[in-house]
Amino acid sequence: MFYLTLIVLLPIAALILKTTDAGFMRFWEVVTSPRALASFRITIGAALMATAFSAVYGLLMAWILTRYRFPGRRILDALMDLPFALPTSVAGIALTALFAGNGWFGRFLEPAGFPVAYSIAGVAVAMAFTSVPFVVRTVQPVIEELKPELEESAATLGAWQWQTFRRTIYPAIFPAHLAGCTMAFSRSLGEFGAVIFIAGNLPFETEIAALLIFIRLEEYDYPAAASIAIVLLAVAFVTLLTTNAIQSWRLRRVVKD
Amino acid sequence: MNSLSHKFVGALVGALALAGTIAPVYAQSAKPVEIMNVSYDIGRELFIKINEAFAADWLKKKNQTVTIAQSHAGTGAQARSILEGLPADVVTFNQVIDVQVLADKGKLIPADWQKRLPNASSPYYSLPAFLVRKGNPKNVKDWSDLARDDVKAVFPNPKTSGNARYTYLAAYAFGLDKFKGDHAKTQDFVKKFLSNVPVFDTGGRASTTTFIDRNIGDVLITFEAEVNAAKKEYGDKGFEIVIPSQSLLAEFPVAVIDKNVDRKGTREIATAYLEYLYTEEAQEIIASFANRVQNPKVLERHKAAYPAVKLVTVEDIFGGWEKANKDHFAEGGILDKVFVKR
Repeated sequence: MFYLTLIVLLPIAALILKTTDAGFMRFWEVVTSPRALASFRITIGAALMATAFSAVYGLLMAWILTRYRFPGRRILDALMDLPFALPTSVAGIALTALFAGNGWFGRFLEPAGFPVAYSIAGVAVAMAFTSVPFVVRTVQPVIEELKPELEESAATLGAWQWQTFRRTIYPAIFPAHLAGCTMAFSRSLGEFGAVIFIAGNLPFETEIAALLIFIRLEEYDYPAAASIAIVLLAVAFVTLLTTNAIQSWRLRRVVKD
Repeated sequence: MNSLSHKFVGALVGALALAGTIAPVYAQSAKPVEIMNVSYDIGRELFIKINEAFAADWLKKKNQTVTIAQSHAGTGAQARSILEGLPADVVTFNQVIDVQVLADKGKLIPADWQKRLPNASSPYYSLPAFLVRKGNPKNVKDWSDLARDDVKAVFPNPKTSGNARYTYLAAYAFGLDKFKGDHAKTQDFVKKFLSNVPVFDTGGRASTTTFIDRNIGDVLITFEAEVNAAKKEYGDKGFEIVIPSQSLLAEFPVAVIDKNVDRKGTREIATAYLEYLYTEEAQEIIASFANRVQNPKVLERHKAAYPAVKLVTVEDIFGGWEKANKDHFAEGGILDKVFVKR
């Protein structure tokens, strides 16, 4: 408890204190300014896109890594953690180089009408890159624990593959999957390093909330920066709280059954 | 690398001195000293050279090995780090306001710091200039071309980069000149100019990368020094330099951080380091990086590299940095008004 207070609660308390420096009217003015609202919309929108991708791709990767044996599996498994280890700014620069109009991917995507770099899609790509391991790593141990007998018995009872997955496998994975997605989402909200290189940072179009915080700091306007940070924090907190509520509700239902 | 090799040389010299065989001169050499120069984003290459020359000069004069730690980033962030305790001995910035804040907010230096060294404590200057692609395909000649529909200009975000603040003010000053002091028309012009920017990076070097490596935009706007460096570095791409009809004098203010040097006992060497920047030797190095200098002899030698340009100052046009900051860059200022949705 002491360490939790020291490492987590103290900085948050400092953040809230900084905001109250200026009073509630100022806080409201800062967070409802058109530019701040646009940055929240962009950040949350891109984070949702990134999480949707991570949810599917992460689950798929976790499944492949646990259920299939193929050469290079261990290497792939280790590579999965790379986004955690790589400095995010390096990830941002690398992704920009790939997705810019003259990059390996960008040169095909852009003429096809899907510009990724310097658009909200780029923001989502950067967020997905840095957050996908959360889904893989939370789901993987649960899949490992799943007994193949479960699927076999479902099959002998005449279940289709899709039914087996939907009725038998997914309910078992669901809590972990939901937790992983929530973490991926929360992480995406705050991602800065990877995003600013690929976003283009156009106000009202690709300017994320974290950059707006940086800009307010640059103006030595600490209370305004703290105000925007508080909103991000609140969104992340509500998401985490909701997930916990859903999980405990499901748990109670399972116990009742 | 640089500081490592200095340390190594220092250690070697020390060892020889202890042995007392080869170099008796060094037997009385003072303890090696380290100072920290906190500087702007695109000054890395320049200060590597300056530091080498200064260390050699100091060793010769004072018989003491000096290592200069370099730190480069946007000067706004640098100033904040110093306010929060980064033990900088000297700052070499590209923004007067970011030095001023050290006096105003941190009381780390006296308010009249600009009076302590010649030319308002600015040993060299530069100006926002243009870099265009081979053959200047969009025929960009002046600021007015940057408000055309078919021209995309790349420069960093004026909110996060001092470099870009000069670009923004230079465009604004050009507008005032063109529209004979009409602020409404000038702001329309600047609005159009800003809406032609496809990417706002957070710092000067990142914009150079966007323009060159990502192949985005028709014009890169940055300091003349960076424009020249980019042209030289990527000689094969045939970039061309365009100096607009009018630009803004960009000062590069320097200051000894009194609070820090007094605590560390480095005032003498820190002051000498900044004074060294005004010597002919240092001015020659500075000029070789395409910064403009005041030393008449050096100026004569580099005349060809400095095309004549009408330079206006922040003092003349905007009533000084403090006022310019309040009118333009503060939250809700003119920049926020013209920096809106396209």
